Amino acid sequence: MVIDLDRCTGCGACMVACAVENNLPTPPVEAQDNRGLTWLRVYQCGNGRTFPDFKTVFIPVPCMQCDHAPCIHVCPVTAVDYDTETGIVGQIPERCMGCRYCMAACPYHARTFNWWDPVWPKGMEKSLNPDVSPRMRGTAEKCNFCHGRLHRAREKAASEGRRDLNPGEYIPACVEACPTRAIHFGDLQDSEDPVAKLSKSPHAFRLLESLRTFPKVFYLSRQDWVKDVGKSRLEMLRKDIYRDSESESNG
Amino acid sequence: MDKGLISSEVERTSLPRFLAWLLPWVLILGCGIWAMKLCLGQGLFHTNMDNRFAFGLWIVLDLIIIALGAGAFFLGFLTYLMKQKEMREVLNTAVIVGFICYSGAIITLAVDIGQPIRFWYAYWHANVHSMLTEVTFCISIYLMVLAIEYIPIILRNRKLKQIPLFLVLEFNLHRIMFLFAGLGTFLSFFHQGSLGGMFGVLNGKPFAFREGFAIWPTTFFLFILSAIASGPSFIMLISMIVSKLSNKRLVSRDVLSRLGRISGILMSVYVIAKLIDTIAWIVVTAPSSGFDVAEFYRNEPFGTWVLFAELTIFGLLPATILLNRNRTRQTKWLVLGGFLTCFGIAFNRFVVTLQSQSVPVLSFDRFMIYWPTWQEWAIVGAVIAYGVILYSLSFRYLPLFPREKDLQAPRRND
Repeated sequence: MVIDLDRCTGCGACMVACAVENNLPTPPVEAQDNRGLTWLRVYQCGNGRTFPDFKTVFIPVPCMQCDHAPCIHVCPVTAVDYDTETGIVGQIPERCMGCRYCMAACPYHARTFNWWDPVWPKGMEKSLNPDVSPRMRGTAEKCNFCHGRLHRAREKAASEGRRDLNPGEYIPACVEACPTRAIHFGDLQDSEDPVAKLSKSPHAFRLLESLRTFPKVFYLSRQDWVKDVGKSRLEMLRKDIYRDSESESNG
Repeated sequence: MDKGLISSEVERTSLPRFLAWLLPWVLILGCGIWAMKLCLGQGLFHTNMDNRFAFGLWIVLDLIIIALGAGAFFLGFLTYLMKQKEMREVLNTAVIVGFICYSGAIITLAVDIGQPIRFWYAYWHANVHSMLTEVTFCISIYLMVLAIEYIPIILRNRKLKQIPLFLVLEFNLHRIMFLFAGLGTFLSFFHQGSLGGMFGVLNGKPFAFREGFAIWPTTFFLFILSAIASGPSFIMLISMIVSKLSNKRLVSRDVLSRLGRISGILMSVYVIAKLIDTIAWIVVTAPSSGFDVAEFYRNEPFGTWVLFAELTIFGLLPATILLNRNRTRQTKWLVLGGFLTCFGIAFNRFVVTLQSQSVPVLSFDRFMIYWPTWQEWAIVGAVIAYGVILYSLSFRYLPLFPREKDLQAPRRND
């Protein structure tokens, strides 16, 4: 997945599409940000300067589907697995016992926990996606790049006698819903795929690359300060980004 | 009324007085059971944990009490395998305290996991790469070992002793106890280490992540060292507190001093190892993850004082106190050294658990502070109350201190 941050307006359509596609229940009113059940969150970041130099960027953060995922090797019940064929880090809620070790391990806070019993507004339960099973209270969950859609696409291809999927036949809900076409989805291993080409762009970067988790979500931006936001604080300090922004705001 | 159950060789307080002592603990336990009912019945939204603070007060408590309960396996190791016979004076207390700590940790974990009925998945679907799997296996098996070690102590009750079958059982269990002491040492060694390893392998959390030997991060070894340093101190403190409350000498001064010195030696080794580990983390591990250690201590209340306190006030200071033979002969120094050791280990577990989650990793993330709800505190209180009640009942009705009768002779000026 490649997300063009210069195109993202922070409208939240991806979050809504994700919630509907994956049967995310409506959290109670008391649910604060950190107990929300969204699989994809949109952060707003500023460049640390004051008007008129102030700039902002919206960063959608789904599960990074890391190649070296910190969550996989910590789960005691093998409820998290890595699909070598697709590269997707899968979550098996039916096997999760809710120890939340995977959540403690994830540096991107991509995982959520079902603090409450799942509840939908009256009548909405009739429109739940039948391809995605609702999760029960006490389990951890996360974005799986709409794995349900992948299964549906595979079944369709199989029914048509095909083994391989056509490009664009399977895309996650957030990609489909994005009004500015900021989110691109494809095969990173296929060098001819547009997404693979975008990921190799000089404007591409990944979040916290220094941790060597090797995420499969790339971000694009032509603004240097946005690229720096994706780095660790030490790297920002080395480049004097913090010091600049702090002195600006203090001044 | 219950005199028939109390050993004829020792004196215990009157039943009404004993019940008055138990009453507040029973109330605390009741409050905790109510909180457990809320958390298990309705969900963990009763806590203040969230998606960022996935581990809270209960995991801190688990790590603390399991470290403090290390006295059971370490004293078992010293008594049965290293043939330090004088440790028998506190061995029964160590076994009971160990049982209380481990069963208390399992009770807390049962509430803490979101799906407690699925606990058996950890055995059925075990992920052999997860440190938590090793912890689960070792703790549950070790609790069984502790229960087996507890049985001979229970069978020495005045009434139970009159049943011939129990007498034979107690005698035979006693003869093979060295086997369980060995098994307990093996199991404890690994789960104490794995508890540290749990945090040390978090490559996504540079505050906790450590390099190490093979599959074991350095926290694996640091946790073992710190646990065996605090275990004897905790048993020493418990013995002294019980002695004070019951107004009786229960353990000889030599054994108490020896426990203090063992703690002092192990604490010194731990402090040196921790210091080397901290320097390696500052110079190599954290920068290689793209982080400057100073960043981790930039946020209040977790400032640089945390690192200073861990290494000096709760590390170097108790080690210095307890290494000094003259000081371990004086009660005030022994208590101070023991207390600082135990508190230091508790502080270390607190820092490892909570600060590693508070410190932001993403550059646009913010530092967060977590404060537990009354339900979380109530469950912690219940575990402590459970321990006090079980130990009080054991002290009253079971012969815990083999030298208690001898030591009631007129005091020498020592």
